[in-house]
Amino acid sequence: MLILTCPCCGIKADETELAPGGEAHIKRHGPGSSDAEFEAYLFTRANPRGVHFERWRHAYGCGKWFLAARATDTLEVFGTYPATSTAVPDAILSRIRARRPDWIKPDRIKPA
Amino acid sequence: MKRYSAFSIFREALRNNSGWQRAWAAPEPKAQYDIVIVGAGGHGLATAYYLARNHGIANVAVLEKGWLGGGNTGRNTTVIRSNYLQDPSAAIYEKSRSLYETLSQDLNMNIMFSPRGVMMLAQTEHEVRGYKRTAQANALQGVATEFIPPARVRELCPIIRIDGPRYPVLGALWQPRAGTARHDAVAWGYARACSAMGIDIIERCEVTAIRSNAGQVAGVETTRGAISCGKLALVVAGHSGHLAEMAGFRLPIESVALQALVSEPIKPCLDVVVMANTVHGYMSQSDKGEMVIGGGADGYNNYTQRGSFHHVEETVRSLIETFPMLSRLKMLRQWGGIVDMTGDRSPILSKTPLGGCYVNCGWGTGGFKAIPGSGWAMAELLAKGHSPLAEAFGLDRFREGRFIDESVAAGVAH
Repeated sequence: MLILTCPCCGIKADETELAPGGEAHIKRHGPGSSDAEFEAYLFTRANPRGVHFERWRHAYGCGKWFLAARATDTLEVFGTYPATSTAVPDAILSRIRARRPDWIKPDRIKPA
Repeated sequence: MKRYSAFSIFREALRNNSGWQRAWAAPEPKAQYDIVIVGAGGHGLATAYYLARNHGIANVAVLEKGWLGGGNTGRNTTVIRSNYLQDPSAAIYEKSRSLYETLSQDLNMNIMFSPRGVMMLAQTEHEVRGYKRTAQANALQGVATEFIPPARVRELCPIIRIDGPRYPVLGALWQPRAGTARHDAVAWGYARACSAMGIDIIERCEVTAIRSNAGQVAGVETTRGAISCGKLALVVAGHSGHLAEMAGFRLPIESVALQALVSEPIKPCLDVVVMANTVHGYMSQSDKGEMVIGGGADGYNNYTQRGSFHHVEETVRSLIETFPMLSRLKMLRQWGGIVDMTGDRSPILSKTPLGGCYVNCGWGTGGFKAIPGSGWAMAELLAKGHSPLAEAFGLDRFREGRFIDESVAAGVAH
């Protein structure tokens, strides 16, 4: 069972207490952006077999949103951090690199 | 290749079964093919089969990183139906269902298609209205379904609890020619027929990179050497996103785990497929007597081929409410498959930003039923560049807002 620590209330919550919210760090493209950018914002998602950054909500706890770094191929959790972060904290990046030396932080690849 | 027949079984019985041949060859990969298909599951093999049979293109390789039919083809609950709401979905799924009717004869392999009927329970007033609408849409599309009252549900399925306290059965959408088939036999049958037509099926051959030249696909690097190709088809379900990144584009797809489980075998008690979408569960009885149970998908990305325990609990809990006689059953096995979910819960059969590279993915929780139709349409797309069945399922539908919204109309619990 997937267990994440909520960075807002500090509780170790299992997945029945949490609501998944999809990919994190997506930049909103609004008025003035191209069709391709808006399509990518709405539909194209990173779907890596490996390190993934996600939004979660502590739905049956404090109710707050937070972000998590997780491996989709092993269900290993690298850490959670506040939803207000615009980038992945260095502490979490170094923890990922320690566990997975080959991992390269992805840029957003061009959408289909 | 020797044909399978009643006579061959009789002959082999007298010869101590010494005359059976390999069902499909295990060739070394050649350096070049007209078309390379990645993924030897049902969809990939069906694509290869119809390429050779309908379009005369047999210089084709099907690459598989594991073993044939070892992904979702061997992990589903084998339900076949075509009672979809939207016209493009009904067209491709009904094509598929109708191909299943004669597939055993076409492939000379008993795929055990059993048109036992699929019943989708309406357990709220909203579902009653929704399924009546689907039945009307199906009548216009030429798909034989009807909305049946609770008394008929009880007649078809005596073990069901019609007047449950929380979710009473208010009727059902009934498709009498829907049913189940033997999932492994579908993959084996297509593989055997492909091999007989000269198509190379290469197992234990993982694609590690996709080579391109001036925006045009040139070939693939694999664990068994480089293979060049004129056209490339990615038919890898849950791993589509992974291969798309190799090809340099992203897909509107997220991979999640979907689980199923089977009970210990019991005497025959259920001769239809029952789906209960309000409570996220569906069930049929296999020929061995096991109750085959499917549930809802996880909500987060996962490649581990195992799902969350609480989903099993939720599925079983809700099924027991509708089928109280199951409460003492022991469950034998549980497993997960990785399903590729699109935003509108409809598949993608499309060309891609990389020239000569095509994708067939996004079948999500309902890929097994679509295998023959998907292969038929994908083969046409690869051979001719367009296919009437696949037209609505292009990648550009996301940009243009032409969704085929089946997330509310689809049968399984999404």
